[in-house]
Amino acid sequence: MTTAFHIVVCGSLVPDPLQTLEPVQGPTGPGLKNEMMLPSVLDPWAGHSLFEAANLAKHHPGSKVTLLSLGPKAKLQQLMMTIAQKVPFELVCLDGSASGFVDSGEVAAALAGAIEKIPGLDKTKLLVFGGCASASRDAGTTMQMIAEQLGVSDVFLAVDELKVQPDGSFRILERIEGGQYQVSSCAGAPAVIGWATGNLPEPPNNPQVGMANMRGIMPSLQKAVPAAVKTDKIKFASVELPKQQRQTRIVKDTPVDEIAKEIVTWIKG
Amino acid sequence: MEKILFLAHTDTNGNLPKLALETLSAALQVQKGLAGSTLTVGLVGENVQAAADSVTACGAAKILSVRGADFGVSRYATDVKAIEALGAASGATVILAPATSRFARALPGAAFRLKAAIDTHISGIQITDGALQAQRWYYRQRMMATLTRAARPWILAVDSGVFPVWQGAKGSAKVEAVTVALTEKEKRTKVTGIEAPSADAQTIRPDAALLFVAGAGWTKKQMDGQTHVKEAEKLILDFLKSSKASLGSSKSLVDQGSEGEAVLPFMSHLNQVGQTGSTPRHPKGLAACCHGEEPHVVGWRFINERRAINTDANCGWAQGKADVLYVADAFTVMAKVNELLAKN
Repeated sequence: MTTAFHIVVCGSLVPDPLQTLEPVQGPTGPGLKNEMMLPSVLDPWAGHSLFEAANLAKHHPGSKVTLLSLGPKAKLQQLMMTIAQKVPFELVCLDGSASGFVDSGEVAAALAGAIEKIPGLDKTKLLVFGGCASASRDAGTTMQMIAEQLGVSDVFLAVDELKVQPDGSFRILERIEGGQYQVSSCAGAPAVIGWATGNLPEPPNNPQVGMANMRGIMPSLQKAVPAAVKTDKIKFASVELPKQQRQTRIVKDTPVDEIAKEIVTWIKG
Repeated sequence: MEKILFLAHTDTNGNLPKLALETLSAALQVQKGLAGSTLTVGLVGENVQAAADSVTACGAAKILSVRGADFGVSRYATDVKAIEALGAASGATVILAPATSRFARALPGAAFRLKAAIDTHISGIQITDGALQAQRWYYRQRMMATLTRAARPWILAVDSGVFPVWQGAKGSAKVEAVTVALTEKEKRTKVTGIEAPSADAQTIRPDAALLFVAGAGWTKKQMDGQTHVKEAEKLILDFLKSSKASLGSSKSLVDQGSEGEAVLPFMSHLNQVGQTGSTPRHPKGLAACCHGEEPHVVGWRFINERRAINTDANCGWAQGKADVLYVADAFTVMAKVNELLAKN
């Protein structure tokens, strides 16, 4: 049975994990110091979902991948320069805050609304992919709320594997407690999948894919719809960096036997 | 004054998971802090009587349940409907639930249907000036926020290891059933099983006293100019076996397999701690051959006592983040540690 999918990947930018982040209080709520200047990357778990989407589309002729991103337009443009060469996709862009302090319900409403407006969307073939949580808010709630707004009742979170079976159903592995997987069978699309890391490596850059993508990306960025997501539903009493700085004791030029003995005593203590 | 609902699901044995009992402690803390508040227990499962009996002494005004074979499995559509029904039946203004994988998936959907606000990964609760405040981390454990909301209902999904496990006498609970009608659409997904490593190969132990974090250095060239992956594999597995530690890994180590480099066969993305991994809670953590800042800043956030072994005394992450840094060759140290543990 040949099945074609329309895979919409929800993914945006987050500050590069190597950056030092500092919270600041702005007029509308907390934010990051120099937020617009911070180097950004594609949200890691959303990135995995994009690669999984491309791989699924590749193996199911007629499928297509749409990347739906909510973030500041200028920063999304920079981000696209780095990810456009990875896999083929069409971009739908919402111009708004990518801050982690925005309420996930507002983000989900904006994303679900944008999905509904994708021209020619066939919900019977729809798969909504995204990360199981973002590296900014880390709430793990947005995908489910998108599902609710779209009326999709099959949702999976922390997924590492999705295999389409010969009858068109899905076999899905979700991470659960204790390093185990729950195995589920889903009748097929539509479904919403929040990915963990999946099983695929990051694809190498392909300049031809990049050129093809950019032909659609630039007009999409120009047509970006403003999304007025706000932080006013949450009242932040404080946002602080952890203050604890440990006094690290450096043990060097010490015999291995002594080190091992100290470690064992500590473990047993 | 709040109407508090403590929500939980049963495990495969019909009992409440440990995290649920921790969340019950949180719910009782909120009830105590907000004078005049009432507590209701809401349970989801195939058969909830044993679970209800185990918490009957908590002082809840009533115990509600959605039960039946369809609710014995972890499935989004049926779980959302059960939580929605319990939320509505209780008239709750504040709902506390354990952030198990099952509820982490279902609670946001139920929040949408109940027109509720939701915050997850709750790592602390306090009452300030008569208002409930919750603490949670942002940007993957880089900054901590204390927040509150005016909106009700407000759902709080509580992380593990934050609150003490509630303890109380078992009794005979009266459980009110809340009826939930399901459609075929809500049963499109079927849970077919659990994939778990065999007991011998189990390397992730959430309740372990020690987290052992292995870095990419284990598979790199050592002082003799050669890699010693097989030796590393044996050292790590022997250590896990004798210490009963849980195994964590840096991203770079688990990514090596897909990059065609030598790998430790028992290591997977499930072991990964840090930005795209987990942030486990263990009393102690020992890292070896691990040089990245990421696993230590993010992945070690909730490790109380931290020690590390590596060959670089100036390792940036260790300064100020580990309690003790042993500057030594991890291969020789761990071989000796294993020897001592075996003798013990």
